[in-house]
Amino acid sequence: MINATYTIALMGNPNTGKSTLFNVLTGLRQHTGNWPGKTVTHAEGEFVYRGIAYRIVDLPGTYSLYSNSADEEVARDFLLFERPNITIVVVDATALERNLNLVLQVLEMTDRVIVAINLIDEAKKKGIRINTKKLATKLGVPVVPMSARNKEGIDELLKTVDAFVHGQLHPTPIAVPYSVEIEQSIAKLLPLVKEIVGDDYPARWVALRLLDGDTSLLSALNQQPPRLTKEEAPYACCGSVKSV
Amino acid sequence: MAKRNNRCLSEMKPGERFRIEKVAIPDAVLRRRLLDLGFVPGGEVEVGQRSPLGDPTAYYVCGTTIALRKEESNYIYGEKIGHD
Repeated sequence: MINATYTIALMGNPNTGKSTLFNVLTGLRQHTGNWPGKTVTHAEGEFVYRGIAYRIVDLPGTYSLYSNSADEEVARDFLLFERPNITIVVVDATALERNLNLVLQVLEMTDRVIVAINLIDEAKKKGIRINTKKLATKLGVPVVPMSARNKEGIDELLKTVDAFVHGQLHPTPIAVPYSVEIEQSIAKLLPLVKEIVGDDYPARWVALRLLDGDTSLLSALNQQPPRLTKEEAPYACCGSVKSV
Repeated sequence: MAKRNNRCLSEMKPGERFRIEKVAIPDAVLRRRLLDLGFVPGGEVEVGQRSPLGDPTAYYVCGTTIALRKEESNYIYGEKIGHD
């Protein structure tokens, strides 16, 4: 097993091709099992690019991180507690509007994000053209068009990952502004939140969750974070893995 | 401002188009879920087929079909779009 230097999380709505991308990147070097205590499939694998080893985790497909299903909790907790070096959000080029919801939610939690616009071939067939440069400027993070199925854009994605870990990219993610009332409450909460959680968690995001009355987050924060250790890296698996 | 044509999504008939103005589901988690799925104010919905017993109904929103029960669509308000 390679001692991976960096961790990459794969996120995205269901059926956007996360697992296809995961399989393309890892080939047969992957393991599957369940998340501790949850009936949610967990798949992780390794790959090497330009001499750097990466561990990549295929998170369950979700539309959101707030609706409190087991899948969404797993995805949220991974971002929060495992703090991957890079989060790749895979979005469906044919349904960008719906997919960008999750992108914005992830951007509130971390700035180390690459947006991979998958199924770009499908979009072309439907006559959808996407201005990735403009989207990247608006979101403040790199945007890479790709077709995982046809192995298009993979190299571009890996180059972006490489640039990220070498500190060549300086993402400035868009901060979603809320109403004056909410922003005032955030401003009040922010110093208190920072005092308690320090730099371990995204303070503005935690403040927002508190205002939201998100009890599931509070209980997750109270518990020992369920870190995945290598010992329980489950049985090896040959062939492709489809996480549901 | 009271809109004359403010109606529930559940009143729409198959094939009709609808623009959402308000998602007023009392259950906050369910409301959040519907917003995540694309039932957002300003969003457009096309009514798809109704199941044989009249409930649930399929709705075409943001490029995907989603079925809602009357319990949910009763709380989605807005207006009918297009020719009457």
